[in-house]
Amino acid sequence: MATTTTEKQDVSHEGDGHGGHHPRLQHHFVSLDQQFSSAKLGMWLFLLTELLLFSGMFVAYAVYFNWYPETFAITSEALDWRMGFINTIVLLASSLTVALSIHFVQKGQIKAMLWSLGATLALAGVFLVIKYFEYTAKFEYGIYPGAAFDPSGPYAHMDVPNAIQYFSIYFVMTGIHAFHVIVGMIVFIWLIWRGLRNHFNPEWYTPVELGGLYWHFVDLIWIFLFPLLYLI
Amino acid sequence: MDSSKETQSGAAPETEHQEPHNYLNHAKTIKSWLLTLDHKRIGVLYAVTLAVVFLIAGLLAMAVRVELFVPGETIMDNDTYNQTFTMHGIMMVFLFIVPSIPAILGNFVLPLHLGAKDVAFPRLNLASWYVYMTGGALVVTALLVGQVDTGWTFYTPYSSSGDMAILYMTMAIFIAGFSSIFTGLNFIVTIHKMRAPGLTWNRLPLFVWSIYATSIVMVLATPVIGITMILLFMERLLQIGIFDPALGGDPILFQHFFWFYSHPAVYIMILPAFGIISELMTTFSRQRIFGYKAIALSSVAIALLGFLVWGHHMFVSGQSAISSIVFSLITYLIGIPSGIKIFNWVATMYKGSIWLQTPMLYALSFLFLFTIGGLTGIMVGVLSVDVHLHDTYFVVSHFHYVMMGGTVIALLGGMHYWWPKITGKMYNETLGKIAAGLIFIGFNATFFPQLILGAQGMPRRYATYVEEFTFLHQVSTVSSFILAAGLFLVLGYMMHSMFFGRKASKNPWGGATLEWTMTTSPPDPHNFTRTPIITRGPYDFHLADEVFGPRHTGDGAGDGATEPATPAEREASR
Amino acid sequence: MGNNGTVWLPESASTVAPEVDWLFYFVYWTSIVITLLVVGGMIYLVWKYRRKSDEDRPEPVKESKLLEISWVVVPTILVLLVFTWGFQGYLKLTVAPSNAYEIQATAFSWGWSFDYPNGASVGNELHVPVDRPVRLNMSSEDVLHSLFIPAFRVKQDVLPDRYTSVWFEATQEGEYHLFCSEYCGTQHAEMIATVHVHSQADFDEWLADAAMDEDVPLPELGERLFGQQGCQQCHSVDGTDGIGPTMQGLFGSERTMQDGEVLEADENYLRQMIINPGERVVEGYQAGVMPPYGRLSEREINALIAYIKEQ
Ligand code: HEA
Ligand code: HEA
Ligand code: HEC
Ligand code: CUA
Ligand SMILES: [Cu+2]
Repeated sequence: MATTTTEKQDVSHEGDGHGGHHPRLQHHFVSLDQQFSSAKLGMWLFLLTELLLFSGMFVAYAVYFNWYPETFAITSEALDWRMGFINTIVLLASSLTVALSIHFVQKGQIKAMLWSLGATLALAGVFLVIKYFEYTAKFEYGIYPGAAFDPSGPYAHMDVPNAIQYFSIYFVMTGIHAFHVIVGMIVFIWLIWRGLRNHFNPEWYTPVELGGLYWHFVDLIWIFLFPLLYLI
Repeated sequence: MDSSKETQSGAAPETEHQEPHNYLNHAKTIKSWLLTLDHKRIGVLYAVTLAVVFLIAGLLAMAVRVELFVPGETIMDNDTYNQTFTMHGIMMVFLFIVPSIPAILGNFVLPLHLGAKDVAFPRLNLASWYVYMTGGALVVTALLVGQVDTGWTFYTPYSSSGDMAILYMTMAIFIAGFSSIFTGLNFIVTIHKMRAPGLTWNRLPLFVWSIYATSIVMVLATPVIGITMILLFMERLLQIGIFDPALGGDPILFQHFFWFYSHPAVYIMILPAFGIISELMTTFSRQRIFGYKAIALSSVAIALLGFLVWGHHMFVSGQSAISSIVFSLITYLIGIPSGIKIFNWVATMYKGSIWLQTPMLYALSFLFLFTIGGLTGIMVGVLSVDVHLHDTYFVVSHFHYVMMGGTVIALLGGMHYWWPKITGKMYNETLGKIAAGLIFIGFNATFFPQLILGAQGMPRRYATYVEEFTFLHQVSTVSSFILAAGLFLVLGYMMHSMFFGRKASKNPWGGATLEWTMTTSPPDPHNFTRTPIITRGPYDFHLADEVFGPRHTGDGAGDGATEPATPAEREASR
Repeated sequence: MGNNGTVWLPESASTVAPEVDWLFYFVYWTSIVITLLVVGGMIYLVWKYRRKSDEDRPEPVKESKLLEISWVVVPTILVLLVFTWGFQGYLKLTVAPSNAYEIQATAFSWGWSFDYPNGASVGNELHVPVDRPVRLNMSSEDVLHSLFIPAFRVKQDVLPDRYTSVWFEATQEGEYHLFCSEYCGTQHAEMIATVHVHSQADFDEWLADAAMDEDVPLPELGERLFGQQGCQQCHSVDGTDGIGPTMQGLFGSERTMQDGEVLEADENYLRQMIINPGERVVEGYQAGVMPPYGRLSEREINALIAYIKEQ
């Protein structure tokens, strides 16, 4: 009976082009295809939960925007749309580089993949640096989230009712987004580390693909945040 | 792999070292449990953890009942009382009932039902337990560093202006939410991708369908409680003014956020229970389920409709009348798929062969209790009636009927049903029936008086009350001890069975699903020794030659029904 | 309290109550019929088809389309019916008649105060005339509360910084409970007021009496306020210790604060303790229990002090 613990009984019931004993195949899957499509479905579901997490905040935004449109029009002026715009470009570029890394690993060009992952990491860093300057500029003017907000700061015209709500939403949304960027950077460092140890090849690169999906999502959220917070 | 049979035949097969290889005995160290990736062991980890949580939260409920025995201060002051029911509610909801059936039985049974070796992401599965434990630890921290007395609903601005311990509590719930998300996500992928050859959607056991519907709700609703808790955390920490009217925020918005999760969450609690009841009703009636498609699809319908009714908790909160009306209408619509299930279960018994073992007793109690719970739900869904009943003991009783009378009763039924599979031991059937009876009577006598109390106007979350409510409160308190006695009896004989119980055969109930027909009790670490190929529906008892096994072996007959099988016969039937 | 209630519902003392009760009982009896059908069917089948032997191998039964359809259609009709009545009743509960007599209600942790058009202000007692629509315009000073009068079948949450309202027309003279039904902290369970329903004549008399008559001497006014504002719920005047310290012999005595400071209980001290009790806390008592009474008028505070002085 003990034999069953180690035995792999692969009954190939679906097209299994890669042969049943790929070293990356976990024992409870039948084929690499099945394993890969499971991982991908899992990632999509995870992104769905992320989307709902952010929708909660978008709803809060929509509600307050609906109640105090004038406030939002005035307060959003306090944000520097140029910085937001640059950050949008930065993130779009990083989406491109991460897509390239998947392209390269599919072709077996591991070195190129590593370079593109590195570029993505660097761009994410740039994004955070710009964010840092944006935040500190706000703090200097007494614009903090919540009760610490100082309506009589140098932005005198900020002394509008419900400015607190706008800035709280701004800080919470961009803050949670920035947190996702940091998580993304950790993921990229991990991917590069595994890439350097030659873990990826055209047959198996699931983590790169999933990391890429995640990053596109982080980018997408920003695409929504930017016009809502900076331009409206 | 048949060799083990040979070595077993003949002398003294009961001794432990000769037991066939199974998931319980294949490694015994604590570490092998704490680092296990086996879905069955993770199910057991959850079972033990949740039993402890249920015990603690249940004892808190007993303290609540004792305090309410007479008006005025009985055993604790107002503040202590408020913390007690708050902890009772939080632990029961977020730490016990939401994970309960999916995490224990879903984990254990789902891959077996699918003919799979494991869930799709075993590591994520283990991670979900650790995440859950972290959440639990934070709840304990919150308890130690301060007082949380907000009720399980955390309404602002009370919650965002009180004790700082709320910070730990919100984080605890945020984190525990991830455990729920991981479980749901894992199950969806497992059901989509890991089915055995031939196992089409129409051949899935109904338990799988219900877990599928539950997982959808878990994945879609839980992130919203996550963000709600983050916002509440920020509100308390930084006064961000989203919910606090003193800063221009809106407390009603909080309630929308909260119920947007917490109403769907009640279907996270009840849908898996429906799944268990479907399994029990067919197996113990030896009859295919009546209206398979209707039951399967009504689970999905309930899951989806459940997202559109959250506002029925807010009829008197000050939300607009139009929203209340729409929410009320959709609330009723949920009664219809629920009714479809109830009626189909009853019809399943028609021309069956009904066997009143303990699990079936729980299934029948469920039918009764959930009908009452659901219909009281309809009563509070009636706009003008709810104005009177809202936030009274009528609501308290409604949700205990559905949560305790529904989910917990189904969980108990499921635990008894799968106990032989999980532990390889039989429990004591006589004690099982006595306990089921005590629980049924105790439960009704505890919570039915609360319906009357509530309708008479007794508000909930009251540490003391006006005199005219005394009698009914006393009936409720006394009866709750009968209920507790029944539960402790269950705990007692289950523990006893674990160590001293008779060995269970492969299929003691004559079930037709894969875990009974194709795995040993307890199952092999890899579940199946050959990949199952499915050629029939899940409840085609008449097609399943393998269901009933050789006569007089105990298989398909069960403990206490026939002569106990001799060990050799039992072996031969494996 | 009156005694014309049923097993399920308390006495009904407002114009909307009979309607709510009727609907309650309609759903209740329908539910009982449904429950009996389900349970009756269940018990019958369990008995009829009980397992006679382990060898039972029942043949699968064919499903019935007709049954499936009927248990979709019948409940649907029922719920639509109930929905319609429920929502008509609800509209009646929400929309107050335009001629309603208006009273301002203020909720605070943990008490109620009611302000009448003529300036009368009472705590924890709501006086209303019989057979006349009354509308309460409500707001809260701190957290959420909810005004619930079971005998009238009305309930409405009370919010800070926003007005909500509730209306009723009492049909029976008498005294009824008014509960706070939204959880609001320590003394949520004791945030109970009494509704007094008077005949119109009695009500007018009471109202005139309750108004802040300029002629009432301060101590007497203070005594009245001490009851109306709920002070006596926490403070005795006979030396017994309550939630708060007794008022007997308070004036002029030396009081020790929680931080060790010793103060003389003079007029200024009393005034501070009434307007802003949170600032200094008397030793041996809990902070944050006594609500601040800043909303009282100057004369009212003077009256309270005058009354306390006499104790
Ligand atoms: C397992 C959990 C669970 C389940 C399954 C349900 C199920 C339902 N609940 Fe319940 N509910 C709670 C848990 C649950 N609830 C909790 C925890 C609260 C309180 C939270 C708090 O405030 O703390 C609550 C509160 C609550 C309220 C708010 C009351 C108030 O605060 O004033 C309402 C109002 O509409 C409601 C309605 C319903 C309805 C219509 C259903 C339906 O799904 C029921 C459907 C079932 C049936 C109807 C029975 C079977 C059907 C038939 C036999 C067919 C015949 C039927 C008809 C003709 C209608 N529930
Ligand atoms: C799963 C949900 C659940 C369950 C099962 C229970 C179970 C019980 N509840 Fe609870 N209850 C809630 C969820 C639940 N409750 C919620 C959400 C609230 C609202 C809180 C709020 O207002 O914020 C509430 C509030 C609530 C109140 C109202 C308090 C108030 O408003 O002032 C009361 C009062 O009687 C009460 C009583 C009880 C009792 C007597 C039980 C009994 O059934 C308990 C019996 C259990 C035991 C005595 C433990 C025995 C256990 C073992 C021996 C462990 C062994 C394990 C196994 C057998 C597997 N509960
Ligand atoms: C909910 C309970 C409660 C109510 C209602 C209440 N008090 Fe108090 N009161 C307290 C408590 C507790 C203290 C002691 C703690 C403190 O100083 O805050 C106190 C302290 C005082 C003191 C100081 C007493 C001393 O011993 O030095 C005065 C004076 C006082 N209250 C007057 C009033 C008056 C007048 C009213 C009504 C208008 C009132 N209180 C209503 C609970 C209450
Ligand atoms: Cu005020 Cu409860
Ligand atoms: Cu609900």
